[in-house]
Parts: sequence; structure tokens; C-alpha cells
Amino acid sequence: MSMAPAVDAGLALLILGLGLWIIAARSNFAAVVGFMTYGLMLALVWVRLTAVDVAMTEAALGAGLTGVLLLGAAARLPAEAPGGGPGAGLRVLVAVLCVGVAAALAGVVLSLPEPAPSLAPLVAENLPPTGVKNPVTGVLLAHRAIDTLLETVVLIPALIGVWALAADRAWGARPGALTPRPSSSSLTLLAQVLPPFGILVGVHLVWAGADEPGGKFQGAAVLAAMWVLVVMAGLADLPKVTNRLMRYTLVLGPLVFVAIGLAGIWTAGAFLALPAGYAKPLIVLIEVVLTLSVALMLGLLLAGPPKERA
Amino acid sequence: MSPAWLADVLALGGDLLVVPLMLPVGGLLLGLVLGGRHLARVALALMVLGLAAALAVAAAVLQAGAPLHYELGGWSAPLGVGLKADGLSAVLLLISALVVLAVGIYAQRPFGVAPGTAETRSSLAFWMLLLGVWAGLNTVALGQDLFTLFVALELLTFSAVPLVALDGRAETLTAALRYLLFALLGSVLYLLGAVLFYGTFGTLDIALLATAIRGADPLPPALLAAASLMTVGLLAKTALFPLHLWLPPAHAGAPPAASAVLSALVVKGSFFLIVRIWFDLMPMLLTTTAAQILGALGVAAILYGGLLALRQARLKLLVAYSTLAQLGYLFLVFPLAAASEAAGSVDVLTGGMLQLVSHALAKAGMFLAAGLIAASLGQDQISALGGIARAMPITVLAFGLGGLALVGLEPSGAYLAKSLLDGPAAAGGQWWWGLAMSVGGLLTAAYLIRVFYHALAGFQLPPSLKRRPARYQELIALALALGALLLGLLPTELLGLVEIGRTGVELGGLR
Repeated sequence: MSMAPAVDAGLALLILGLGLWIIAARSNFAAVVGFMTYGLMLALVWVRLTAVDVAMTEAALGAGLTGVLLLGAAARLPAEAPGGGPGAGLRVLVAVLCVGVAAALAGVVLSLPEPAPSLAPLVAENLPPTGVKNPVTGVLLAHRAIDTLLETVVLIPALIGVWALAADRAWGARPGALTPRPSSSSLTLLAQVLPPFGILVGVHLVWAGADEPGGKFQGAAVLAAMWVLVVMAGLADLPKVTNRLMRYTLVLGPLVFVAIGLAGIWTAGAFLALPAGYAKPLIVLIEVVLTLSVALMLGLLLAGPPKERA
Repeated sequence: MSPAWLADVLALGGDLLVVPLMLPVGGLLLGLVLGGRHLARVALALMVLGLAAALAVAAAVLQAGAPLHYELGGWSAPLGVGLKADGLSAVLLLISALVVLAVGIYAQRPFGVAPGTAETRSSLAFWMLLLGVWAGLNTVALGQDLFTLFVALELLTFSAVPLVALDGRAETLTAALRYLLFALLGSVLYLLGAVLFYGTFGTLDIALLATAIRGADPLPPALLAAASLMTVGLLAKTALFPLHLWLPPAHAGAPPAASAVLSALVVKGSFFLIVRIWFDLMPMLLTTTAAQILGALGVAAILYGGLLALRQARLKLLVAYSTLAQLGYLFLVFPLAAASEAAGSVDVLTGGMLQLVSHALAKAGMFLAAGLIAASLGQDQISALGGIARAMPITVLAFGLGGLALVGLEPSGAYLAKSLLDGPAAAGGQWWWGLAMSVGGLLTAAYLIRVFYHALAGFQLPPSLKRRPARYQELIALALALGALLLGLLPTELLGLVEIGRTGVELGGLR
């Protein structure tokens, strides 16, 4: 007899409980910790649904990077909302509305056709020309390449939006949200020991992503985390926002992607098409350069707007 | 007749669509590397190319008399992602390119980098975000896949929100944050809807979904939920009453060049997607009460925006509330499309798109003019405008002509739009929509007269100006306003552009 239904039920209850905890928690810090745990549990759910790629993304971005951002925000916010927050009446109204919407959505989801219509067989059929064996990578880099390209490009206005929050005179300074902690031997040790392994894991995720679960976003998130760790330990400085090399690296990935895409018009008959026989090496190339750009982008998004050092 | 090179360009057909899709994206990538003092000029050059590309696409659509299609990567839907340019796409591409170019010229002075300076925060941010907005709009215009369109919306949102807070004051930061929260809620609802469409039919392609939906009897409840979620999400981004709370402080607080783009274009991007969902994806919705509700919200926006514009003390806030009201007119297309079988939904949609274009031109001109006035006076209290018409005649003329275009005087685009909308309203016996448009016109006239009263009244000496606007900036504002005012003179064949790709929507009741 399988344990699976019990595990699933336990996971579902845990997630519901964590959701309630996040809403009910009095302190911002407790809520954020709850949110990060919630993200990790959600990643387990994706594993149970055999969507390992989604699970890794959820753990790395949903729980990890978002969690770090929220922790930073919680540290800067006052413990209590100014004015004591919304009144009891409003809270009840919001709760009723949320429960109503959630129940309606649950009903709708249950009404969806079973088995769910899926493009998976079609993807499997059209995977050989891409040369990769991980269908998710095939979809992201070949079948729906435009979405992946634009998703990476969208990070640029997002980063500019963060930088735009700087004071005018701070332009040209280094990002200021990740202030190095007062030197602590344990953090320094961690920042010296962990990165070699982290970088190895990140590179492996990208490399393996062609044929197994993994890929650039997951790998980039791990690489970004290692970088942030080193910066927080005070072992390295962030680049200034006007740094040329950094700017080139930021656009390298999407630029190579666009260039290969444009070349496809002549070599393979359509924008973003990959010439037969060269598909896999090109996909790996795109993944590698995108990883560099995305890792830098994620790290810089965490690092915040440039700030003059006192 | 036409030169050979032009024929060659038009013969490219669907391949042409890659150009407007990738031009602003290329600008974003190169812009970040270039940065500094060259960015303003390079962006401007790209915008000129962008207008040429939009004109080429429009000409190719007109010549073909049918939509252009392109399969990205050579993969066809549902596996791959397609691009399509029908009449609606061509119009959105054109108006985006026009307004972006006009704003790009206007912004050379406020967002240029002074000689001797390497790069400034506001200059890099403004040009990059403007390119981002443009990239989002072009993708919205061409996308045929619900998820690609989601990414387009994200491009639009993440570029538009920081534009609001470009001057870094605390109050504009608050406005930007409120805009961000509304816009993100909108994104989440849109994405949820897209997931439900995929869960029901296993595709995200609009044309394939539309075919599947037409064959579905009865309509699965998940689709109604999906359409409602997406519509509400997009309404939050479009700021239709009562989801408008974020708009006035955001549009009034942004720098004028940014306000012009936000009011003229950004809110139209999400409106455009509502049109795609209601007219292309699920036209049966047009005969339901939901269409009447959208129209009623539009009327509420016309009245509420107009009345609040009357009460504003500041010029830029008045223009922002006027945007709320003008967005209301756009939503009359939903009830009117089904109002008259005889006039058909095609006329109505043409009227709606004309209103969209007319408002984009007029409002861009008015925001640029209001910005010049505010910069010259150092403030924009309406009661303190005395004598400004003598000090800055061209700017005030631009503001005035833009206003007249909004009121809907002949031969403005709004006049033509309203007559196209009035026909079906009268023929369908739904006179109240026409009445709402007339009342809206009166309100518009009233708040404009208030501005003119102060700007023109008395024979005060011209106020001393803190700084004179550049003549070319005044002329850009004037050109935009004139464009809106003369839009109604467009030849009928060009108006027919909107109709290309409309097969006459099969309304059919919702069973």
C-alpha cells in the first residue's frame, strides 16, 4: 500500500496552515519566515506533481530570492503598521471576500476537464529537432522561445525601475541595499566555503538542463545567491551602476539570443528558428549566456538602487 | 506607381512583423550598454525607424486586405507562438510609434544629458523605460498567444510604473506604488484566466481557442470565470471606474513626457487586450448583461471623471481626470457592438479605435502643453494661469486644440468616433448611450472653459516666466493636438484599415 495519499494530504494541510499563519502572524518577520517555508512546501507539491522544473524555480525564486527581498523589507518596516492597520470590520469583509473568491476558483478548477488536455504528446513529438531531451527546455528555448526572450528582457526595465529609486547624486555609486554585515567569523567562513560548491551546483543545473530538469533560471538563482553571500560577508564589492563590463554582461544573454534568432531567418527560415543539426549546441549556448545575464540581474535586483556611502 | 523598393518591402508580408517586435527590444539592450549621452539620440533614431516599420506593416495589411501572420521559430500553434497583424494591430502599432516618436523628440531637452556629464539617473531611466513601454505595446499589438500577451503586459507594467516616480518625490513614489499594486493584481488575475483557458482547451492561441469556444455547447463555466478574471484584471490596469483610484495621482505626478505616454498609450494597451478577449476570443459575451455592465461603468467613468475634472485646482490633475472620463467612451463599444444588427459591430469597433487614436493624440499634446506651462510658471494652479495665453500662445493653443478635439468638434477624430457609435445606439433603440456621450462632451467643454477663462481672461500683463519652453517642444504639442483635431479628415479607405480581419463578429446568443 502506498503512502502517497497520506503524504499529499499532509502537504496540503501544511500549506493551508502556513497560509493561515502568514495572514495571522503579528510580526512582519514571522510572516516572511512563514512565506519562505510556504514556498518550499509548494516546491514539494510541484515535485509530487512531477513538475521538477517548476519545483526548482519555485524554491529558488519564489521562496529564496523573494524571501530575501521580503526579509530586507521586514527589517526596514516598523513592527506595527502605522495607525494600527485596518479595523475589524474591514478585516472580516476582506476575509469573506477572499474565502468566497478562493471557493469559487476551487469550484472552477474542479470543473476543468479530466484528463486535462495537454500539449505534452505534441511537445514530445517535436522534441527531436531541438536535440535536447528535457521537454521543458525544448518548449522554453525552441517552441516558445519568444516568451523566454521577452521574460529575460523584462528584467531590464525592472532593474532600471529599482535603480531609478536612487538619489540623483548617487548615480554612479554602488548599489546600497546589501550592506555587509559587521564582520562575523561564521558568515565569512560560509562565504568562503559555500561558493565553490554553489557555483558547481549552478553550472550543473544549467548544463543538465538540456536533458534533465534544470535550466538557466534555476542555475542563475543559485549563482546569484552565492554572489550575494560573498557581498554580504564583505568579501567583494558590488559593481558601480555605470560599470561597463557589468552592463555588457547584463545584455549579453538576450543579445546573443536575439542575434541567433535573427540569424534563424536566413539559416532556418524563421525568426527564432534553429538550423537543423545545430539546434542543441545553440540552445546550450543561449542557456549559458542567459544564465550569466540572469544571475547578474537577479543579484542586482536584490542589491537595490545605488547609494552614496557615508 | 509605387517605387520598386516599396513593393519589395510590402512583399515581405508576415516577415515584416519581426521588425516592430524586435526594434524596441534591440533598443533596450543596446541602450543599457550605450547609456550616457548617446542614448537620447539613438533612441530617437530607433523611434523614426519604428514609425517607418509601423507604416510598412499598415501598408502591407491594407494592400493584402487581410491580416498578416507569422510563425515564430517556424513552429505553428498550438505548439509554437504566432504573430498576427490585423487592422486593429496596425492601428495600435501606428499610434504607439507616432506618440512615442513625438515624446522622444520633446524629451530631448528635459531628458538629454548636459555636455560634460557622463550619464544621469533620470536620463538613463527615462529612455530605457520609454523603450520598454514601446516594446510592450508592440508585443500587445502583435501577440496571438495569451501567455506571450501576459509577458507583453509585464513589459508594459514594469516600464510604466517607474516612469511615474521619475522625479523621486515622496508623493510620486506613493502614487507609483499604488499603481504597481493595482497593476500587479491585474497581472495575477489575467494569468489565472489564461491558466483556465489552457486547462479547458489545452492551447493558448487566440484563434484556436476561439474555434474551440465556438464549438463548445454549453460553454464550460471555467471559461466564463476565465474571461471575468482577465477582464477585471485588465480593467484595473486600464483604470476604468471604479478601479481608477491609482490613475490621477500617477498621471498627474509623472514628468510631462512620461504622463503623455502613460495617458495616451499605456492604459490603451490593456484596453486593447480586453477588445481581443471580447471580440476575437469570446464574441458571444457581447450579447450578455456583462457587456451592458462594461458600458454602464464606461458611462459612470465619463460622468465621474468629467465632474472631478471640473473641481480640480491643478492643471495636470484636471488633464488626468479627463483621461478617466475619456477612457469611459472606449467601453461603450461593448454594449453597442450588439445593439444593432444592421450597423454591425464593425462600425462600432472602428468608432472605438478612432476614439482611442484621437484621445491618444489629443491627450499627449495636452499633457506636454500642461507640462510646459507648469515648468514655465513653476506651478500649475489653474487660478494662477492669468495672462499665460499672451506669454505662451503656441502652448496654450496646443492645449486648446487638444481640448476641442476631446469635446468632439468637427472634424476631430472624436467627432467621427461619436457619430460611428451614435448610429448603432440610435438604430438599436439604446438612446441612453448617445445621451451619455453628449453629457460627457458638455462636461469636457465645461472644464476646458474653466481653463480658458483663467488663461485668457483679463488683459493682465504676461506673468514673468521662470524659463521659456523650447519652441520645438511647443510645436510638438501643437502637432499632436492638431493631429487629433484633423483626424476626421482621413480618407475612408484608411478608416477601413480597422476593419481588416474582422469577419463581422458572429454574435449568436450565449446558450
